[in-house]
Amino acid sequence: MPKKIFDYIIEDRLPFFWCEGCGNGIILKSIAKAFADLDLDPKNVVVVTGIGCWGKADDYLSTNSLHVTHGRALAAATGVKAVNPELKVIALMGDGDGLTIGGNHFIHAARRNMDITAIISNNFNYGMTGGQYSGTTPEPSFTSTSRYGSIEPPFDICALAKAAGAPYVARATVYHVNLLEKYIKNAILKKGFSVVDVINICPTYYGRFNKLKSPVDMMNWLKNNATTKLEEGDIYNNKFAIGEFVNEDKLDFSTKYASIQKNARELSIHLEQDLSGR
Amino acid sequence: MTGEVKFLQGNEACFEGALKAGARFYAGYPITPSSEIAEMASQRLPAVGGVFIQMEDELASMAALVGASMAGAKAFTATSGPGFSLMQENLGLAIMTEAPCVVINVQRSGPSTGLATKPAQADVMQARWGTHGDHAIITLCPTSVQECYDLMIYAFNFSEKFRTPVIFLSDEIVGHMREKVVLRDDIPVINRPFPQGDPKQYMPYKPGENKVPPMAYFGSEYVFHASSSMHDETGYPNNTAQNADKVIRRLYEKIYDHRDEISIIKEFETKDADVLFISFGSAARSSREAVNMMRKDGIKAGLLQINTIWPFPDKKVRQLISHAKVVLVPEMNLGQIINEVRKLSEGKPVFGVNKVDSTIITPGEIVNKAKEVLQNA
Repeated sequence: MPKKIFDYIIEDRLPFFWCEGCGNGIILKSIAKAFADLDLDPKNVVVVTGIGCWGKADDYLSTNSLHVTHGRALAAATGVKAVNPELKVIALMGDGDGLTIGGNHFIHAARRNMDITAIISNNFNYGMTGGQYSGTTPEPSFTSTSRYGSIEPPFDICALAKAAGAPYVARATVYHVNLLEKYIKNAILKKGFSVVDVINICPTYYGRFNKLKSPVDMMNWLKNNATTKLEEGDIYNNKFAIGEFVNEDKLDFSTKYASIQKNARELSIHLEQDLSGR
Repeated sequence: MTGEVKFLQGNEACFEGALKAGARFYAGYPITPSSEIAEMASQRLPAVGGVFIQMEDELASMAALVGASMAGAKAFTATSGPGFSLMQENLGLAIMTEAPCVVINVQRSGPSTGLATKPAQADVMQARWGTHGDHAIITLCPTSVQECYDLMIYAFNFSEKFRTPVIFLSDEIVGHMREKVVLRDDIPVINRPFPQGDPKQYMPYKPGENKVPPMAYFGSEYVFHASSSMHDETGYPNNTAQNADKVIRRLYEKIYDHRDEISIIKEFETKDADVLFISFGSAARSSREAVNMMRKDGIKAGLLQINTIWPFPDKKVRQLISHAKVVLVPEMNLGQIINEVRKLSEGKPVFGVNKVDSTIITPGEIVNKAKEVLQNA
């Protein structure tokens, strides 16, 4: 029987705890739809989350899940995947969680090419703690800790992921839902580290501080500023690029490690001889 | 004691013990004086179908251990002071999610990067209280290469049985000294309790025997939700006061209810001891020699060697103190375990033999201090 969204989202746990107008529900639905379209067995899926508004996403899912400390979702996911490469491992992180406190784990998971899908809800601020600026807050926008305008240049998540070696990198927004669903599906199908940077709206904090008070204002902002006509490096300069920026094939960590395991017994003996002859 | 006889250093014996206990996952970050363990793991684990991964830091290493443990592997790491400090964050994660794993800390001199290649025993209280929040922890200390091997198996057994991280608190002296070791095959290996019954009814945090919830693994028929945040028996969040009280107490009691079983101690000449040494790790080795030297001089000295420092073996310490005239606690710090002993001494004076210059406490130094104390007693 074909799977449905509610095979993955636990209806009894609704409504979502997120604020009115928040786009997290849209992202979660897109993920559940991708799971359903790909006919994934919940027992073979592990969703790993960090801390923040988006870090609560696993509370609504019927798959396996591991909710960990702030910024460490990819590190924990690396342990899961390394032990059992058959599992579909999805890391859900916000911009503060995944790219600021967890930025180091992000670049190294990409470099290592762990077969993990990272879906980032990027709303340019720390929503859970009251709207402080993060590593992706555009300059010079306003947050509860940048009341005079942020002076720190933001990370471009996609450029960073590409530079760190991720074989799949895409950006969509919560307004461009069809694109979002397609990219999430492609990311899950990709063998290797895949990143979907989802530009999300936070009307409660980021919008309020930046004269985009209503969810509709914020959605219009996404609609008017997202373009497929720019390079990914141009994000945040009023206009920002959406699209698939990297989609290539590259051997992932677990595939390479499996060949090490295969040869290790013999190799191990040679290494011991080398050491003893030293 | 049966098994292959080898001549190894303590760190190597730690790895052999871990392998024997069934460890199949290692995530770590290089640090002196523990790196030999990572090097062996990188070479030997893949040969038995295990995985070694060198992470970007110790925060990540500890998080990866939790992930690996949830995926069904017996997981471990090795570090030293600076790395152990970084691991405190996700040590709490392992406690909260009840992820069995073993963390080896080959102690070196601090604070901070301190004396990177020199020994100390100053992480005793960090092992107990380093991660925030109320919690219990099991910590084992080896005094010999043989104990590195034996106690590693116990460390994994306790972690599996009680679903808890176990800290293996070695030190640079024990880690790098070479001795004969028997790679014993007569220590039973314990595996985590696996759930029974209908997978649809599985409650991942419903306590079973010994207040420990049976543990599935990701990919099994038992789908589950594990969380660093407060949760109830379903694994999903529950922020009620009643639930928080219940969970925090259970996490503590599942260990403290079994402290007799967890306590590993060794006594040397304690039966008639007027002078009682209480020590652990490399300082216990010097204390043993001090006992021999004093016995030769006709002084009735004895040693209580504590291998399980957390939970602290209150009962045994209290009992032995009551018979002794003088109690001394040799340790390579300014006084950490001594405070645990003093809590139980009921007014009897307890003296420290402390050294923090990064050199070993010699048997002679212990004897001199004991004689000085006896003269003034």
